[in-house]
Amino acid sequence: MADIMAAPATSAISLIRPAAARRRRLPVRVPRLARRVVGPLAVIGLWQLVCSLGVFTSVEVASPVAVIDAGRQLWDQGVLQSNLLISLLRVVEGLALGVATGVALAVICGLFWLGEDLLDPVIQAARAVPILGLVPLAIIWFGVGETPKVFLIALGCTFPVYINTYAAIRGVDMKLVEAGQTFGLSRWGLVRQVILPGALPGFLTGLRFALVGSWIIDVVAEEINAQSGLGYLINQAQTTNRTDIMFLCLGIYAILGLLTDVIVRVLERTLLRWRRGFAGA
Amino acid sequence: MNTDQLAVVSRDVRRCFEGREVLRGVDLAISPGQFVALLGRSGTGKTTFLRVLGGLDPDYDGEVLVPRHRAVVFQEPRLIPWLKVLPNVTLGLRPGGGGREALRQQGIGALGEVGLAGHAEAWPVTLSGGEAQRVALARALVREPQLMLLDEPFGALDALTRSRMHALLQDLCARHRPAVLLVTHDVDEALLLADRALVLVDGFITLDVPVTLPRPRDRGHPGFLALRGRLLRELGVTEPGVTEPGPN
Repeated sequence: MADIMAAPATSAISLIRPAAARRRRLPVRVPRLARRVVGPLAVIGLWQLVCSLGVFTSVEVASPVAVIDAGRQLWDQGVLQSNLLISLLRVVEGLALGVATGVALAVICGLFWLGEDLLDPVIQAARAVPILGLVPLAIIWFGVGETPKVFLIALGCTFPVYINTYAAIRGVDMKLVEAGQTFGLSRWGLVRQVILPGALPGFLTGLRFALVGSWIIDVVAEEINAQSGLGYLINQAQTTNRTDIMFLCLGIYAILGLLTDVIVRVLERTLLRWRRGFAGA
Repeated sequence: MNTDQLAVVSRDVRRCFEGREVLRGVDLAISPGQFVALLGRSGTGKTTFLRVLGGLDPDYDGEVLVPRHRAVVFQEPRLIPWLKVLPNVTLGLRPGGGGREALRQQGIGALGEVGLAGHAEAWPVTLSGGEAQRVALARALVREPQLMLLDEPFGALDALTRSRMHALLQDLCARHRPAVLLVTHDVDEALLLADRALVLVDGFITLDVPVTLPRPRDRGHPGFLALRGRLLRELGVTEPGVTEPGPN
């Protein structure tokens, strides 16, 4: 033993510390939010540069400055606010309806074999139908008012929520269910305290898909058949070659997409505090 | 058999898994307050039998009677990860006359008994293995069970933590006096804790001996060594390291 301890530093085996890979830090501490906006800002900067250099005509691609101008104009006319609000309303209504339906179906199919056998094949088949192919049908069924738009958005939100929540319910650890059973949880208590919270991560994944999908369906539904909304604005802009307005609306969709993502992130952070996942390197 | 004075009655309990008979007629009676250790090599049906008693396995044949108030401590803590420690302990308990606050105090009391009153608001993921298992013990204790079913509860712990848990468990059992069925493959653990040791071999209980050694138990006690040898033989262990105690 003593010999080993006294071995010279130039021994054959080089020893290393078994430390995990250390997180590399920036020399200056930059707030998280600032780091996250760097990417989008760089894209906008590049966009302006390309436009200023005259790579495209202003009809092909409107520059960020032109888009902001168009936005100010429409805002002053009150056009932007009213159309944005109506799109937002449609999305919120459709989303609420769709998410509720998706969760309800997932719970029925996830908890009961009979529910799964009866409903799941139907849902899987319906899921395969392209939602946007239903636009003409929705108009025939529901006319040209708000109902067809909300219906299409709701339908589009139902499936991702259903698929993910249902899979998550079936994936809840049987050991935890057994533990709950032995400690006297009632059937409902088991569902409420063990199965549904356990399925939350899956549900939130489904919700993310639903949020993005709701805006996509909204814009398409409004472009085909509407007198209001962001999609309608884009359609109108097309007839007058106002690329700046089109880009403005697309930009707004992008921002809305970002905002909805933030909402889910906040939900995840509060609802899934019990988890300790990989935090990234 | 007069079942009034018993905490567990099992008559001719059998359990088949896809044609393989794991339990082949288990007869057992446990008195209230008695600490019984069930020994067996892995795969002999110890856990299967415990699951039958715990009500987790409805597909057995035979007759089983157990108290209404029973609690299981599994090999892993099985704490619900999205509930903090305290709601894990009071899981499934309904607030009685005292309401939620009384239930809360009851839970904190149980946590105090396992030395974790300060961890009531912690998330399970932040606990060490020994702490989590103590929470599992508190969760079992808080319902004042007449029967505690322990399925190798200390198997995953290090030796030092395990011996602390042994002391804690003895202390808790002395205070609450539940009937206990401890499933283990550790002969020493059985002899340190139990009033009675059973050996399960091939689906039968082949040995049923009282452990009357004075407490606290001493591994060096000649009676301890004699029983240890006997149990190991029954388990079919003939490793050279195990020395039989001499006649003196």
